[in-house]
Amino acid sequence: MLRFPRLLAFCLFFLLAGSLRIAGAQDFVAVPALTSHVMDQAGMLDEQQRRTLDQVLSDYETRTGSQIAVLLIASTAPEAIEQYGIRVADAWKLGRKGIDDGVILIVAKDNPKALRRLRIEAGRGVQGSLTDAQSKRILEDVIAPHFRQNDYYGGLAAGISALTSLLDRENLPATEKKQATGQSDASWLEVAVLVIMLAVFFTALLLVRRRTTGRNNLNNNSWGNAAGVIIGSILNEAARGSGSSGRGGFGGGGFSGGSGGGFSGGGGSFDGGGASGDW
Amino acid sequence: MKKWFAWLAIAASVLTLSSCGYNDFQAKDEATKAAWSEVVNQYQRRADLIPNLVNTVKGYASHERETLEAVTRARAAATSFQITPEVLNNPEAFNKFQQVQGELSSALSRLMAVSENYPQLKADTGFRDLQSQLEGTENRITVARQRYIASVQEYNVLARSFPTNITAKIFSYPVKPSFTVENEKAISTAPAVNFGK
Repeated sequence: MLRFPRLLAFCLFFLLAGSLRIAGAQDFVAVPALTSHVMDQAGMLDEQQRRTLDQVLSDYETRTGSQIAVLLIASTAPEAIEQYGIRVADAWKLGRKGIDDGVILIVAKDNPKALRRLRIEAGRGVQGSLTDAQSKRILEDVIAPHFRQNDYYGGLAAGISALTSLLDRENLPATEKKQATGQSDASWLEVAVLVIMLAVFFTALLLVRRRTTGRNNLNNNSWGNAAGVIIGSILNEAARGSGSSGRGGFGGGGFSGGSGGGFSGGGGSFDGGGASGDW
Repeated sequence: MKKWFAWLAIAASVLTLSSCGYNDFQAKDEATKAAWSEVVNQYQRRADLIPNLVNTVKGYASHERETLEAVTRARAAATSFQITPEVLNNPEAFNKFQQVQGELSSALSRLMAVSENYPQLKADTGFRDLQSQLEGTENRITVARQRYIASVQEYNVLARSFPTNITAKIFSYPVKPSFTVENEKAISTAPAVNFGK
């Protein structure tokens, strides 16, 4: 009887230790939830300016399918802006899945010099035209001159138009809802194949069973049991498989609602390419 | 009756194999290999940038011979040492890989530090582009390494925890080596600052 509370205390201790570790990890600046194309957490723009830029970017997304987002924050300390940037990129997953045409422009207004204040994270799919060198040029030649005059809006607007004109040069697949239907076609095909395979399996089983019934009635049960186990495991695998592929299919090509407030990444991936700069 | 047992045995072995993490080992082993390919890929990208970089610097700072040669030598050493996913389980080969790439990193950073002394070189647009590409690639290497470390961690947890460690023993899935800080000693000792120059 005495042991039980002790055990409880033991478990509680580990639970506490675990939660402490989580708290420790939160020393880094948290990645904000993605709600719009222009996220101003540092109060660098007024609402009108923010909305204008947001409109430009969501129009660009509906026109081309590529997702560009701007994140303005106060500071990324203690991390360097590159480390923070890749965390944002991994969390937001901008760009269409498989095309990876997402770009994130990050400004950390009060970052110390060593951690850098500007960053472009370029998705894997846009690095043909938005090379690291081009990213660097946009940061230092287009955005930085405006920022030095404290003209944040002008710098961001110029930077965004430079980004979009570069991305236009990339031969990305056009935006279309066809892609979504194409993917669901594929998953329908998977289901159809599965159904056919199961049908074949069942008929084969029935045939075998019919042949054996004449000979030995005792065997009936064993066939049924074994088949049950096997079919069960097949169905289980199939359910798991279709579950994950379904998620992939619907995640692809996320369209922003614009006014609806629903904006989310389409599942694009990043490899840390891009450039950092300062003003 | 015998048939019944045979079926049961098959079903049981299927179930136990999947519950002992055999399939997880397949998936995670492949994941580490994919992450490793990305690491190698990015190191290769860096090596490909170097000849152009060295040539550009040579044009402005030809008498920095020693630094330039050190980079060229380190690059040759790094590119001649190839490590395939199959050798990934070999800690010695892994350390060697890390060492040659680390030497190239430090030779490159010396070159970049030296180039700070040449304003004309710094103003050259070709050099600026190369510099930003190198910077971007170094960041890609960092990201690829982080992802490799994460995937190896997942794999190693599976290989060491019970009961999947038994599966690891039977099918020989050893614990994999991962990246460590290259110069632990150099980082832990404070640098000497000398103002009396």
